[in-house]
Amino acid sequence: MTDSDASGRLVRPFALTGGRTRPSRADFTLITTVTAVDPPPELAPRPQAEQSRILRRCARPVAVAELAALLDLPVSVVVIMLCDLLEAGLITAHPPRPVSPRTPDLDLLQKVREGLGRL
Amino acid sequence: MAGSDPLATETAGTPAAPDTVKILIAGGFGVGKTTMVGSVSEIAPLRTEEPLTVAGLGVDDLAGIEQKRATTVAMDFGRITISDELVLYLFGTPGQQRFWFMWNDLAVGALGAVVLIDVRRPESSFAAVDFFERRRIPFVVAVNGFEGHHPYPAEDIRESLALPEGIPVVLCDARRRESSRDVLIALLDLLIAAAVE
Repeated sequence: MTDSDASGRLVRPFALTGGRTRPSRADFTLITTVTAVDPPPELAPRPQAEQSRILRRCARPVAVAELAALLDLPVSVVVIMLCDLLEAGLITAHPPRPVSPRTPDLDLLQKVREGLGRL
Repeated sequence: MAGSDPLATETAGTPAAPDTVKILIAGGFGVGKTTMVGSVSEIAPLRTEEPLTVAGLGVDDLAGIEQKRATTVAMDFGRITISDELVLYLFGTPGQQRFWFMWNDLAVGALGAVVLIDVRRPESSFAAVDFFERRRIPFVVAVNGFEGHHPYPAEDIRESLALPEGIPVVLCDARRRESSRDVLIALLDLLIAAAVE
């Protein structure tokens, strides 16, 4: 659970979100991948310390659940912060592959099956 | 430009994100869900903890837990990179009965599920079987032996769970990577068979 972020955290998690407990957008799932925009847009607001931690963690694409685990924060807190970063244009969000039992994606299933077979 | 619609555009300097899918590993408390996730994941299982009061609950969901406002629900998960374009996540569902309501969120968008059963106390996973049956989420049943031993044939387990014929029952050892992988393959074979029908 611990990582190289030795800065520690002395604030309660929801203090990081200004007391908000719900995100402004609902499009972040546990396996939505987020990636820091590089270079950041010129007009973007300067990220706060905790936002910078997130941006460092998603220099490469990373799933929301992984980000929360690596930052040792609840997913709900991370999602609220990601909403801010998304609205500031500092990250992109890539939604999961849509899955519907009624219209199964055979190609996708076969790819997963083959990948497991290689393990 | 980069900031105009971040969901629609992936800008030039930003690495392309892979597609992601997930499979749930469910079952009663202590049946070996995290062990299975860990044996087949390419990373050590990660854990996220969610304070219950902010997990998107209606008031009814909180009945009976008012005394424990600090309760958190923990979820372990792992990752299998299928290719540069596709990553599979495995989520161990919270084992405690009162946290079922979290499964609805977890279950949305899952390819399917593995219901893991402890061969010594299969009844601890009955609720998980019910959950996926009722929601028509495809699943396989994996019987985790005790120290790798399997005293009962798969058919006995099927009978004790009153499982329909179409649901595969696989004997496994959640500690072993190949065994856990074979359980996931059994699930994918079930999904593929349903897809080509």
